[in-house]
Amino acid sequence: MLAIEVDGLKKRYGDLQAVDGISFSVNKGEVFSLLGPNGAGKTTTIEILEGLREKDHGAAKVLGLDPWTSGYELHKMIGVIPQGFKFLDYPTPREAVVYYATLFRAKVDPDELLKRVILDEAANIWFQNLSGGQKQKLGMALSLVNDPQVVFLDEPTTGLDPQARRAVWEVIRKLKAEGRTVMLTTHYLEEAEELADRVAIMDHGRIVALGTVADIESKFGSGQRMTVRAKDDLLRYLKDNTRLEVKGDGRAVTVFLRDKADAMVAMGAIEESGAEWDDLTVRRDRLEDVFLRLVGESGTEEKGSD
Amino acid sequence: MRVYAKGNLRSREGFFFTLVFPIILILLFGAIFSSGGASQVRVYAQNFDNGPAGAIFLSELNSTSHNCSPSYNSGLCLVMVQNSQNLSQYLSSKSSSDGIIIPSGFSQAYATKQPINVTVYGNPASTSSAIVSGITREFVSSFNSYGVNGTANLGVTPQTAVSSSYKYIDFLVPGLIGFAALTSPMFAITNLSSTYRRDKVFKLLSLTPLTKTEWLLSKIIWYIGTTCVSFILMSAVGEFVFGAHIALNWGIAVFLVLGPFFFVSLGMLVGTVSNSPESAAVVGNLVTFPMMFLSGTFFPVQSMPMYLQAVAHVLPLYYLIDGLVNVMIYGNFASAYFDMGLMLVISVVTFALAVRFFRWRED
Ligand SMILES: Nc1ncnc2c1ncn2[C@@H]1O[C@H](COP(=O)(O)OP(=O)(O)O)[C@@H](O)[C@H]1O
Ligand SMILES: [Mg+2]
Repeated sequence: MLAIEVDGLKKRYGDLQAVDGISFSVNKGEVFSLLGPNGAGKTTTIEILEGLREKDHGAAKVLGLDPWTSGYELHKMIGVIPQGFKFLDYPTPREAVVYYATLFRAKVDPDELLKRVILDEAANIWFQNLSGGQKQKLGMALSLVNDPQVVFLDEPTTGLDPQARRAVWEVIRKLKAEGRTVMLTTHYLEEAEELADRVAIMDHGRIVALGTVADIESKFGSGQRMTVRAKDDLLRYLKDNTRLEVKGDGRAVTVFLRDKADAMVAMGAIEESGAEWDDLTVRRDRLEDVFLRLVGESGTEEKGSD
Repeated sequence: MRVYAKGNLRSREGFFFTLVFPIILILLFGAIFSSGGASQVRVYAQNFDNGPAGAIFLSELNSTSHNCSPSYNSGLCLVMVQNSQNLSQYLSSKSSSDGIIIPSGFSQAYATKQPINVTVYGNPASTSSAIVSGITREFVSSFNSYGVNGTANLGVTPQTAVSSSYKYIDFLVPGLIGFAALTSPMFAITNLSSTYRRDKVFKLLSLTPLTKTEWLLSKIIWYIGTTCVSFILMSAVGEFVFGAHIALNWGIAVFLVLGPFFFVSLGMLVGTVSNSPESAAVVGNLVTFPMMFLSGTFFPVQSMPMYLQAVAHVLPLYYLIDGLVNVMIYGNFASAYFDMGLMLVISVVTFALAVRFFRWRED
């Protein structure tokens, strides 16, 4: 059975079409990631699924329910961390979990829950004094008090240092191991690669690629690429003397290989050019390369949140 | 320095507190304290005299307000009370302390220059009573000098209106309780409702089975608690430090519940209609400050000029404090029921509006 079904979903704010007719579905037990630059429409999409915003057009169902009209029932079965999760300044994580559990009338052992999200060492520190990673882990703990089937995480690691990010990833892997469905938005490619069973790349309110990371790489990637460290004189030589597809940035030259013969031609031409070079590598197109091609270089720069 | 000044004036709240608020304060206090005798005082009068002099005396007093002309902002406006009433009790039932009694034999004593005294009821703490007593004494002395064949021998017996003597502190305690019931929920809730929205705490709460109504009720219960604590503290300090008279009764409890009920709902409504914490603060101030000073918190409404009294009568806090004064000082439950009923109705309406308009998810 499907945990989430979205078909032709649209949402507009004034003149801005924030979500422009997207469709996808998420299987139970799957980790699904919406990947996209800031402003792509990820939060809008995920909040429609959480029942926090109303859709304009299309269909959206979570666990078979309409999130907007059946929010009350749905909220008992899902867990959510909003983007930029914050809580009141003074409760400690332990108090926050106890408070949240009473709202759900759920019986949870706060210490056990905090241990599950690796926050037991900070159980009695005021929220305002927690580190960014600890705050996110508290968010996870809160989202789990009602033992949810589906967990929505909106940019859970944005702004965290690499170590804290890895700790959050560990918790997300645990969620999957427990059989929960996880919907994750991120603008970190690495995060989607590490965690997601399937990825939807979003840009300007549309899904531009959908599938497993390997699917996307092979469908949208150009195959192998050879990179050498060299100046632009090599780039010019290759452009002038071969029919290879090349690209350079002053420090490295990349040759896109359509087949094995291209590799031999490229090696020969590099040698003949007499240019200085070293550090030759050959690798397949990675998700990052595909992402940059689909979303554009601008997509990776930080534009501030939301 | 200039950057700070600009930033401060650019934020609407900064603008309000730096420029607008001081002007409002000086206008307000100026109007209240410079008014002096510039307001009409209602006085309840009984005439036990069987000759003409008593009636003449009273009608002369009444003419100081052009016979209660509503457009005339000073003087005494006399309201006659039947002689079968006990004036002191009657004053309590009107939550007033100003009254005059012309004793029997007044005309005869006036004509024969025997000593006789007019009784003036008043509250030593109230400026209105000072006006009544001042004007009456003036009239007594002019009546004395116009007496036929030399000086007559009229005098004034001052009488404290309520059974035991009440002081300023006794009126201050209900005023300050009303003040506490107004300010702490209004400031806290307007601020909280807009910052919770900004920090997405409402979003988080909306994802739980908690409903908006339950959440608002929980805040109301909290502020009923804090208001009761301020009541206990203020009464204790008033009673033990300043010797105030605090009469405990169930009527007080009703107002300690209705006050926070109304102001939490109002704060929520204000926070809901304004979309940023800054504008919430401005709207909150606009609603709160007039009530803070004009509802009888620090000085009795009766001592304010008529046009400010008219304003006071549309402010909800006026009815809360009026009700508290009625039950705590005069034991005047008949008037307090009106205050209670009015507070209850506006509280329920405001609560319903707050729940109706306050949304914790976006559309
Ligand atoms: N409540 C809102 N009102 C108006 N515009 C909004 C609102 N929320 C988001 N937007 C706009 O919609 C676009 C998509 O936003 P969002 O869904 O937050 O993207 P993402 O989460 O991918 O960064 C952005 O351009 C954003 O500015
Ligand atoms: Mg977002």
